[in-house]
Amino acid sequence: MPSVSTPIRSEPADLPVLVIRPGSARSFGMLADLWRYRDLLWTLAERDLRLRYRQTALGVAWVVVQPLLGALIFTFVFGVIAKLPSDGNPYLLFTFTALAGWNLFAGILTRSAGSLVQNSALIAKVWFPRTVIPFATLPGALVDLVVTLGVLAALFVWYGRAPGMELLTFPFWILLLAVLALGAGLGASALMVSYRDVQHVLPVMVQLLMYASPVAYAASSVPGVIGTLYYLNPLAGIIDGLRWSVLGTPPPSVAAAGYAVFVAVLTMAIGLWMFRRMERRFADVI
Amino acid sequence: MSSNAVEAVGLGKLFTIGHRERATTLGERILDVVRHPFAEAATTEKLWALRDLSFSVPVGEAVGIIGRNGAGKSTLLKVLSRITPPTTGEVRLRGRVGSLLEVGTGFHPELTGRENIFLNGAVLGMRRRDIAQRFDEIVAFADVERFLDTPVKRYSSGMYVRLAFAVAAHLEPDILIVDEVLAVGDAEFQRKCLGKMGQVAGAGRTVLFVSHALQMISTLTTRVLLLDAGQLVFDGPTAEGLAAYRGMHQKDAGPRLTRPVTEGKNRLISAQVVTSSSDGVHHFGRALRLQFDVEVGEPAATLDFSVQLLDAEEHPVTHLWCFDGATAWRRERGRYRLTFDVSKTHLYAGRYTLSTFLTDRRTNTVYETLNAICPFTVTMEGRSRADYEWGARDASHLETTRWTLQSLDNPTRAAQHGQFDV
Repeated sequence: MPSVSTPIRSEPADLPVLVIRPGSARSFGMLADLWRYRDLLWTLAERDLRLRYRQTALGVAWVVVQPLLGALIFTFVFGVIAKLPSDGNPYLLFTFTALAGWNLFAGILTRSAGSLVQNSALIAKVWFPRTVIPFATLPGALVDLVVTLGVLAALFVWYGRAPGMELLTFPFWILLLAVLALGAGLGASALMVSYRDVQHVLPVMVQLLMYASPVAYAASSVPGVIGTLYYLNPLAGIIDGLRWSVLGTPPPSVAAAGYAVFVAVLTMAIGLWMFRRMERRFADVI
Repeated sequence: MSSNAVEAVGLGKLFTIGHRERATTLGERILDVVRHPFAEAATTEKLWALRDLSFSVPVGEAVGIIGRNGAGKSTLLKVLSRITPPTTGEVRLRGRVGSLLEVGTGFHPELTGRENIFLNGAVLGMRRRDIAQRFDEIVAFADVERFLDTPVKRYSSGMYVRLAFAVAAHLEPDILIVDEVLAVGDAEFQRKCLGKMGQVAGAGRTVLFVSHALQMISTLTTRVLLLDAGQLVFDGPTAEGLAAYRGMHQKDAGPRLTRPVTEGKNRLISAQVVTSSSDGVHHFGRALRLQFDVEVGEPAATLDFSVQLLDAEEHPVTHLWCFDGATAWRRERGRYRLTFDVSKTHLYAGRYTLSTFLTDRRTNTVYETLNAICPFTVTMEGRSRADYEWGARDASHLETTRWTLQSLDNPTRAAQHGQFDV
């Protein structure tokens, strides 16, 4: 990134002048860059979508099968064997709802984190705003979410249920998940350029985080003191909110929701800052 | 500034190279610090890939950038294309910059030709609607109509290069930055590309062009920048610049190249031409050995290595290769020595250099190509020819031949024979 890339003064032919200088990139202008390169963003997202299920026998069906299998396993282990409460809902519905949100979070985080390293050939050979690469993982993850929601709707019909007015808050929880995941993904992707350790640490962290979040069980099942500490994980509040919006289970406290918003915005700010700081060195290091 | 498309002032780029490769995992870094707490100063070396470069290029001029390997040409193009930031100085570029440092940047082997046109165009900064508008033109230029819906992994390398260049040729930037991309492709297509690039220059666009193909430089440009060890040593008319560049070649050390080891990558760490005489002089017809030490950090299923021998004009004369499914370096990391033995060389007297190619066929990855390295000379010394001395440009190579002379007037007379053995 150049330190200044806007037209400085009007030249006779009205061509923009680009000045390339040493030093770090400007701090704000990332969104403008993303907008100017939106075609590239879509094209990269489209490429990933096309490639993802090419040469697989089941193709797009994997988007449905994966979370369904996951939810069935959780239902068996936590619902049938451990007999954990599900706030009066069918356990499958209870855990599948959370899993839809969780898969969005994990999908965005892991894909965006690995995106720079995967596209190293591009980074070394051509310039474009680097932020395009992690952001281009968003559409793919959202497509997965839409398919999963289709399955969720089918489960609702199967159980003869209908969501209430709380459903209107659904996009809000999804937005929070996306902001949190992408913020963490941006930071992780920039770190991974220099330190490939992130590649190995991240899957373990993601798995840990899933069991530390109310995906396979209800947050209310967490006992006593741990229960309070439990909400330090912003995902706890968000997934509670998501479940509330879809199933009408008890909503998260305002404090938990506010805290989740705060952490999501902070994570995004830190992620963007880390990305900005390291961005210009990507081509030299990758 | 008003009439200059490019203005560089005091441009410098500093690389820090460790003799021990820089740690790329946190663990390595921690171990490094524990083992060698004061090592930083002692083991890193600072290398100015570019040093205090100042030049300007008027709008509409085509400028060639020449220099030996490692002179800083590619780094300069990377700085001008914003891929890597300079350490000192600044550059002003007026207008839209299109850079083509590699053909087919962003091409994905699994995607079809059609999909790759859009992908590559977008990567090079084109809008979707512009690509759609020029789509037919691009396809016609590349001559791949029949294969538009075939994944490019099934393309021949010629088709691949044609398609990739066709997209780039329709970029229409104000400043076009091109790195050695035409070294591939067949002669006819190279001519077509040259024509296209000539048009670009003619249309008032500025072209900056790196190539080892001096012929191409002299056809396309009127002015050259000659770089040596990161510094600008000549800036002026092409003919004079090429002469200065050839002069530099004469002073080259010899048919041997050694480079620092960088773990984890696939690259050449040394190359050597073992000539029949020790000082880089090879006697015609004698055994020649080419020896390469290769570091393989990432074994690949179709890892290939090949070498071209280039003549003084840097035209390829012959090709040697090791493309074999059973080679150990396709499976195991490590350092390997690859030796090519030519039992009798057919190369005629002259100056030769090597170009090396370390690639993976399946993913179309080019790990490394080195151009015009390891200069050596072939002499006809010790071999005589009756009546005519060996002329400098008699041939590029000689064949083992046997001649027969038969009288047509008197067929019963015994034929006479003679022969030339390589």
